[in-house]
Amino acid sequence: MKQRLVVIGAGMASGRMLEHLFEAGGNFDVTLFNGEPRGNYNRLMLSPVLSGEKTYAQIVTHDADWYAAHGVDCRFGEAVVRIDRANRVVYSNAGGVPYDALVIATGSAPFIIPVPGKDLPGVCTYRDLEDTNAMIAASRPGAKAVVIGGGLLGLEAAAGMAARGADVTVIHLMGHLMERQLDPAAGYLLQKDLEQRGIRVHCKGATKAILGKDRVEAVLLDDGTVYPADLVCMAVGIRPEVRLANDAHLEVGRGIAVDDQLRTSDPAIFALGECVEHDKQLFGLVAPLYDQARVLATTLLGEAAAFRPVQTATKLKVTGVDLFSAGDFADAPGREDIVFRDPGRGIYKRLILEGDRLIGAVMYGDTADGAWFFDLIKQGRDVTPMRETLIFGPSFQGGAQADPLAAVAALPHSAEICGCNGVCKGKIVEAISAGATTLDAVRSQTKASASCGTCTGLVEQVMALTLGDGFTANANPPMCKCTDHTHEDVRRLIKSMGLKSIPAVMQELGWKTVGGCASCRPALNYYLIADWPTEYRDDRQSRFVNERNHANIQKDGTYSVVPRMWGGVTTPAELRAIADAAERYHVPMVKVTGGQRIDLLGVQKQDLPAIWADLNAAGMVSGHAYAKGLRTVKTCVGTEFCRFGTQDSTGLGIRLEKFLWGSWTPAKVKLGVSGCPRNCAEATCKDIGIVCVDSGYQISVAGAAGMDVRETEALLTVATEDDVIEVVAAFTQLYRENARYLHRIYKWVAKVGLEWCRAQVEDPVTRRALYDRFMVSQAIYQVDPWAEHAATPKDWAPVADLTLRAAE
Amino acid sequence: MTQFIDIAALAEIPRQGARVVKTTAGCVAVFRTADDQVFALDDRCPHKGGPLSEGIVHGTAVTCPLHAAVFDLTTGQGTDEWQVKTHNVRVEAGRVLLDAAFLARRSAA
Ligand code: SRM
Ligand SMILES: Cc1cc2nc3c(=O)[nH]c(=O)nc-3n(C[C@H](O)[C@H](O)[C@H](O)COP(=O)(O)OP(=O)(O)OC[C@H]3O[C@@H](n4cnc5c(N)ncnc54)[C@H](O)[C@@H]3O)c2cc1C
Ligand code: SF4
Ligand code: FES
Repeated sequence: MKQRLVVIGAGMASGRMLEHLFEAGGNFDVTLFNGEPRGNYNRLMLSPVLSGEKTYAQIVTHDADWYAAHGVDCRFGEAVVRIDRANRVVYSNAGGVPYDALVIATGSAPFIIPVPGKDLPGVCTYRDLEDTNAMIAASRPGAKAVVIGGGLLGLEAAAGMAARGADVTVIHLMGHLMERQLDPAAGYLLQKDLEQRGIRVHCKGATKAILGKDRVEAVLLDDGTVYPADLVCMAVGIRPEVRLANDAHLEVGRGIAVDDQLRTSDPAIFALGECVEHDKQLFGLVAPLYDQARVLATTLLGEAAAFRPVQTATKLKVTGVDLFSAGDFADAPGREDIVFRDPGRGIYKRLILEGDRLIGAVMYGDTADGAWFFDLIKQGRDVTPMRETLIFGPSFQGGAQADPLAAVAALPHSAEICGCNGVCKGKIVEAISAGATTLDAVRSQTKASASCGTCTGLVEQVMALTLGDGFTANANPPMCKCTDHTHEDVRRLIKSMGLKSIPAVMQELGWKTVGGCASCRPALNYYLIADWPTEYRDDRQSRFVNERNHANIQKDGTYSVVPRMWGGVTTPAELRAIADAAERYHVPMVKVTGGQRIDLLGVQKQDLPAIWADLNAAGMVSGHAYAKGLRTVKTCVGTEFCRFGTQDSTGLGIRLEKFLWGSWTPAKVKLGVSGCPRNCAEATCKDIGIVCVDSGYQISVAGAAGMDVRETEALLTVATEDDVIEVVAAFTQLYRENARYLHRIYKWVAKVGLEWCRAQVEDPVTRRALYDRFMVSQAIYQVDPWAEHAATPKDWAPVADLTLRAAE
Repeated sequence: MTQFIDIAALAEIPRQGARVVKTTAGCVAVFRTADDQVFALDDRCPHKGGPLSEGIVHGTAVTCPLHAAVFDLTTGQGTDEWQVKTHNVRVEAGRVLLDAAFLARRSAA
């Protein structure tokens, strides 16, 4: 007698399983239920259907003839509602069908985030043909679509709708797209590609509500952003469809538990596909499901087979976007990275090695070698012999070791070295032979590497070849071991190439490490803040401890807190608040600083928010006492009290401090304002000093009194306080825009020359433009970080306290 | 013997940052990398006791906030052959679990 086999779900997995079963001549009476009103089709290909590259008819895998030929009783559009295990019958609303063996292949259900408005008409998910058709219908040119979720499915939905002319926005909770398959660098490239297709991408966006009266009208995010929408597609993840199995009391974890034979806790019931959990693992891609299909068919035929999950690789099915990821690419003990970036062509490749084996690969822009790497991962082969050239792929293997100098030597004279300026190797060699022996000289004579700068390394190699031992590479050293670029180059390129995030800089400038180091990250964070004040968002984790915690760390791990004391002037009320805080938080030392303010030393980290809140309540703001930013403006008593005073130096100092505080600078900035040339405020050894005279104000700059002691040099003399403010702001902005990180003003001025600085701030148009840019930045950054952080005291305390537990 | 204790939600530790767990055997710094790997080390730099939890986290390394020694989070090995003790830690269902066996050993001693 024929076995009665009932299958619930006509999806990718069960379709493949039935093929194997019939090909092997299995003797079964099959009843196939499907919730969708149709039979098996290729779900993966819904994306080409959405984008218009394929039709539904083209993606059907099994047609009516096939089911008829194999005697399959098709119950399409008939969802199973109950399994009666005791009597071995499954029920739909149309009645029961008895089975000898049952296969559950119900796939998974899209996850719906529980926000208000989720049930409004116009909200869909992305799972089946109905969803696809809804999106096609809504994608009229000009229509607005919002996709929530920047993973594989969300992006395919977004690209498909955009291809039909819709105006699409993707909202993604995480910091970069497809974070489960890609690292930040590849995520950055992907975002750039999508943006070039007109798709707006909003990362770090948490959906708060879907707005609309009778149907969707807009999506509201936590940060207050609102995106108008005619259609909202939620593609935030999937959940195994386990309801039937749960109701039937089968063993269910996150998915239906199955063994190596795909058998559930009931020996007559099997399960496969996305609805199962095997060895604690869930499945979301078809490759392992096809293996399951083969194993289950063999099992049903009474032969031995066992399912072993394989590695999977991901590709995004968006025409023109090339990305590939496989294996494991998380940082972990004993793992090493090999990184290759070709910014000009938008290529990023990263290989992850563990010991002598390749265990993961992420590639963007050029994925031709993806299959080869994937194969190496699956084989677990020892890659030591080809390690040096592994990243260049299979075509490079077997040959001699790649020597970069030899490669450059082999280039013909006509080979282009600098793409931006069209400079060939011959021209560079010519310039060198004519006496250009430094990179700067070659740059100024040939223009090679003078634009985007990414060919600097190549130019240096040509120089090394031509000059031999006479060449010492780049007297100005690279920023750090992560890059060959100097600070100056990086600053220039950030601006000229419009790079607006740390991953963007690292990708476009060919960083050699994955995530930078403690030396380049704070510098990049500063450069981006200074150059794109309105667009870039500060990255706290790329700041040194003093700036991250807004207090100065001490040798014993406690902190010092220094409230701002404008121009060194205080009041009894402020002093009282400081005294109260010192007592309340058991501050071991209260000290008057060399910068005319009061330092509370030895504060415990967890007390910081409370002490800030107290000082805030008394009207005091953060001193940025620790910051690469404005420190103090030291003043003397001036005309207010002093018999020699020529101007109100105290008042001007306060004005300057209130004007400049909060601005981030390459290194700390200190000012002094003295009321007369007796100079009691020591203005002439500050970064910027003002000495008041009868006729006005002498502004001088580039002094220091630290490891180097130097006197300031005269910049300009101006007539009014307003002029002082404008010149000082303009000069500070010039410094902010041009200096390298950690260079004090005196070091920077020594490099660029005081003449140049003076020319900039003397010219009224340039000065005004600098001033205006400073004000734009101040509009955003002149905030009191104390107030902000005092609101979240929990973040400053230990996250857990196990001291009591151990005492138990 | 391992003894995993739920100490926090993963979300409470900032990416490329750390949080501190107080124990009778001193503070433990629990780090989270850019790609959500979690590591636990004693929160004391062997050089002069700097709180490693306040360092800049890059890749699977941290730079001490006081004098910039660099430590590998995976092994606890650092500049100049310094060694920091590491502790077992793992993430399950969005919660961070710390192996507190070292406390038991200590109180038993
Ligand atoms: C508190 C104070 C000493 C005091 O008790 O008076 C002080 C304390 C520190 N100074 Fe200073 N400096 C202090 C005034 C000065 C002055 C005098 C001044 O500002 O008039 C100078 C010389 C002027 C100058 O900067 O040119 C000064 C030159 C330095 C230097 C050398 C800078 C240089 O470029 O050569 C450093 C090192 C650095 O910044 O890298 C430094 C660094 C430091 C640090 C922040 C060291 C650190 O990174 O931890 C000290 C923090 C101690 C702590 O644990 O809190 N401190 N330091 C003064 C705070 C003034 C304020 O209210 O903000
Ligand atoms: C748009 C899209 C693109 C994708 N692209 C890729 C890709 O490029 N690469 C890749 O590997 N994977 C891709 N996937 C994932 C892949 O499609 C799934 O892994 C695969 O389809 C899962 O197969 P399955 O048989 O487990 O479930 P499904 O194919 O989902 O089939 C389950 C079927 O069971 C039916 N069902 C559920 N409950 C019942 C019930 N109670 N009664 C009757 N019937 C029921 C459902 O209606 C459904 O038809 C993509 C998925 C989507 C949606
Ligand atoms: S001079 Fe400044 S940096 Fe040196 S010990 Fe004194 S406070 Fe610290
Ligand atoms: S205390 Fe860590 S490097 Fe000095």
